[in-house]
Amino acid sequence: MKGQILIGMNGDEAAAYSTKQVNPEVVAAYPITPQTIIVERFSEYVADGEVDTEFVAVESEHSALSSCIGAAAAGARAFTATAANGLALMWEMTYIASSLRLPIVMAIANRALSGPINIHNDHSDSMGARDSGWIQIYCENSQEVYDACIAAWRIGEHPDVQLPVMVCLDGFTLSHTMENVMTLTDEAVQEFVGKRRFITVKGHMGETEFRLNPEVPLTMGPLDLQDYYFEHKMQQIDAMELALKAIPEVDAEYAKVSGRSYDFLHPYRMEDAEVALLGLGSTMGTVHYVVDQLRSEGVKAGLIKMRVFRPFPAEELIEVVGDLPALGVLDKAASFGAPGGPLYEEVKSVFYDEDRRPLIADYIHGLGGRDTSPSMIRGVYETLMGIKREGEVPEKVSYVGVRG
Amino acid sequence: MSEPTWRELPRGAVSTKSSTEYETGDWGVDQPEIDRRKCTKCMLCHFYCPEGAVRVREDGYTEVDLRYCKGCGICAEECPVKCITMVRKK
Repeated sequence: MKGQILIGMNGDEAAAYSTKQVNPEVVAAYPITPQTIIVERFSEYVADGEVDTEFVAVESEHSALSSCIGAAAAGARAFTATAANGLALMWEMTYIASSLRLPIVMAIANRALSGPINIHNDHSDSMGARDSGWIQIYCENSQEVYDACIAAWRIGEHPDVQLPVMVCLDGFTLSHTMENVMTLTDEAVQEFVGKRRFITVKGHMGETEFRLNPEVPLTMGPLDLQDYYFEHKMQQIDAMELALKAIPEVDAEYAKVSGRSYDFLHPYRMEDAEVALLGLGSTMGTVHYVVDQLRSEGVKAGLIKMRVFRPFPAEELIEVVGDLPALGVLDKAASFGAPGGPLYEEVKSVFYDEDRRPLIADYIHGLGGRDTSPSMIRGVYETLMGIKREGEVPEKVSYVGVRG
Repeated sequence: MSEPTWRELPRGAVSTKSSTEYETGDWGVDQPEIDRRKCTKCMLCHFYCPEGAVRVREDGYTEVDLRYCKGCGICAEECPVKCITMVRKK
């Protein structure tokens, strides 16, 4: 914890700065708003000789992730960053990265997917990738971005996990907003991340480290039909289960180095709460502010910030919710034609089998960067108090901040 | 079933066998037959074969490794002296 320095950085700069301290072998990226600052800053580090990284300026996001997959398969630490349509263009490669079990780290500056074209924040991009087999961490502020971009390597490379990790930060709200960030020394970061560890696999030439090496050739991900594909998917399902154990291990180690403790869920004022909101990312800062206001007025309000969305921390959620009477879920993405937003659906299905479960309502908000003000959040708490009072949810899905 | 379980398989979809053990020759319907009386040893069939199944012998003639030949007929199509014919596999 010694030697930490406070630096003013926006979320993108925090991602670039911690990645500089990690000093990965390969960064391959293509600029897209609001992620551009990450790779712009990082390319400056490369030009100034502050890192040993091979910077690959590719012609598309599809190539960016493809390059990272090749580099990670060869044994490198590989980083990239993108947003919205860039992530959409990476689509097929996101599944390949996870199924080949390559612990790539990718920062997502969350931005609304086109169309109509929009550069501002919502979670439609990363929510679309929720089934791609990546671990997803959502950040509330630049400090969390900085810390997650360091811890992500150790989580993804954990021998039981071996999966790529997305660090999600809200576009503009975090990516372009200057905040104070406590930074570790380069030495502390290096000591924490260490060298990339490799699992051992038995390929056609016998036991070897899981990386492409001409001395002991390996074939990764060849044609895999009815007879093997299902088994490989089982391994990915299992890896996500094991990540539920690995992530707290890494977080505990990071807390020792940094003094900052992270968990799957960050509850606030939940001990006697009667109404609470659950959500991801920067909105939870506003919710925190409103909870403080409501508490000062005697309202028993609480909040649960979900930091890790994949793997979904179901048991932890049940425990944190406890006897809470009414829970609102803040979704910053719509799932067209679905019963509700993606976070709401998963929260609801987790509680289906529970004897004690809260009344649950969904609040879709902030699409395309629509401002979610404290007064809107206050309004949401007021509807939750009504739900608690009446003992039923009159409107399962509400749209907060839309006209009409 | 004696195939390995998901716990036994290496992670990362790593292939446990060499592709040489995967004999794709049984995919084919037709197979090439070379008439060496007409063959000029130009080796174009060897170069054109997408599977690398046409080998060059020490005497300069080519031969087809039927363990891997999928019967696509490219060799017969490309042969400048038309000494390769595709015949139905038995």
